[in-house]
Amino acid sequence: MLLRKQYDVPLARDPSSRFLVWITLLMSYLAALALAGALLVGEMAARWDSGLAGGLTVQIAPLPGRTDVPPLTARVEAALTVLRATPGVTRADPLGTDDAARLLEPWLGPDAAKDPSLPVPRLIDVVTDGTVDTPQLARRLESAAPGATLDDHAAWLADLRAFARSVVLAALGIVAVVSGAAVLAVVFAVRAGLAIHHNVVQLLHLMGATDRYVSRQFESHVLGLSLRGGLAGVALAAATLLGLQHAAEGLRASLLPDMNMAPWQWATLLVVPAAAALLAVGTARATVLRTLEALP
Amino acid sequence: MIRFENVGLRYGTGTEVLRDVSFTLAPGSYHFLTGASGAGKSSLLKLMYLAHRPSRGLITLLGRDVARLKRTELPALRRQIGVVFQDFQLLDHLSALDNVALPLRMAGVAEDDAMEHCVEILKWVGLGNHLQAKPSTLSGGQQQRVAIARAVINRPRLLLADEPTGNVDDGIGMRLLYLFEELYKLGTTVVIATHNEALIRRFDHPHLHLDQGRLHLLSGAAA
Repeated sequence: MLLRKQYDVPLARDPSSRFLVWITLLMSYLAALALAGALLVGEMAARWDSGLAGGLTVQIAPLPGRTDVPPLTARVEAALTVLRATPGVTRADPLGTDDAARLLEPWLGPDAAKDPSLPVPRLIDVVTDGTVDTPQLARRLESAAPGATLDDHAAWLADLRAFARSVVLAALGIVAVVSGAAVLAVVFAVRAGLAIHHNVVQLLHLMGATDRYVSRQFESHVLGLSLRGGLAGVALAAATLLGLQHAAEGLRASLLPDMNMAPWQWATLLVVPAAAALLAVGTARATVLRTLEALP
Repeated sequence: MIRFENVGLRYGTGTEVLRDVSFTLAPGSYHFLTGASGAGKSSLLKLMYLAHRPSRGLITLLGRDVARLKRTELPALRRQIGVVFQDFQLLDHLSALDNVALPLRMAGVAEDDAMEHCVEILKWVGLGNHLQAKPSTLSGGQQQRVAIARAVINRPRLLLADEPTGNVDDGIGMRLLYLFEELYKLGTTVVIATHNEALIRRFDHPHLHLDQGRLHLLSGAAA
């Protein structure tokens, strides 16, 4: 029944049919872009999260003018001793001056780190198994190497997670708004169809058609239209994403997230036309059944 | 069995178009419903094919008290009633074959079986060569016969026809009434609304006569 080419109610000729395809196309386009954005940001956040979780950074400031503390190199050694003796620390590697220079280069230029007047701190990259008591380690480091501070990236990670959550929520909001608009469009198209074909619907009703028999006619109709619009919308969104991906590849030292989508992420976008079709069919059914209740 | 007891019908807040209508039709009977234009024939038929609910009174159709039926039970009852509408009400975008197949599709009959039956019945009404013709390409008489084929395709227990001879000449009109006669002989209860007294005088069936919304004359029907 759902695949019959010809329906008892001649809905295919309605002007609302073309309108519904275009509306579904636009809604699916926006929903697919929102979904892709959420997937990319979620992936990026997860990558950064896993990269930083379990990692610590120890920073030892130069403290120029302080004569009561050992020199910087000695304090770095003391800090390394403390770190390597701490249970849970699996690795502690000091960053060399060349590494520090590379980190500073984007902001201060290529030779800035070599300027002796610039108090560049020394950094130690620490990897743990996640069982380290961070506050206690910070106190021991400060005691062994004055000027040493411990950064467990907690604040940065919290910000990153909050940002990722916001992006996902915003995407969900867009999908919700788009779905609402799609529902309204289907309700409008179905009501228009019911009004235009009132005589046919009335005849079918009098001949003994159940409400579901009539609603299936509308469901089949909007299923075809929404699938066409949905697939076209996702195809358009895919083309847009590929264009953005191409544009992002041309940027050096880009601050944009990685725009390359994995195959499973592309496949996930196909949820959009399927969801649009389901939503349209459900809306059409509810609208028709509700309207037919008024018939005797 | 069809029974009307003190049935009245009014549209909106207007005056009653049917007043205190009472009669009983035995199963397998054949009746003509006569009366001048505006007497209420179509309204009475509409009550019989459940297009309207009465404003008052009781209607029993095919043994079921209509007032007690749930809305979900009505489609099955309607499928036991075949109706030939005055204006045929064929679906213009469907072929003659598909128009006739409608009641079978609604009843969930398999497509192959439905097509077989439809071809058979269209041949029976003399339209075997017009299976795929759209209604707009058929003459009035041919459309009438498609409408009749559609009304009887699923062997209804009650057949109602509203002025079936109104748009055709007497020769075709006679032929249509003989078609109904054949169905009557197969056990279908038949009610034909018409104002063509000359045509129906040729048949020996009782009349229900309506005048200004009242059932005045009953000939052969139980009051």
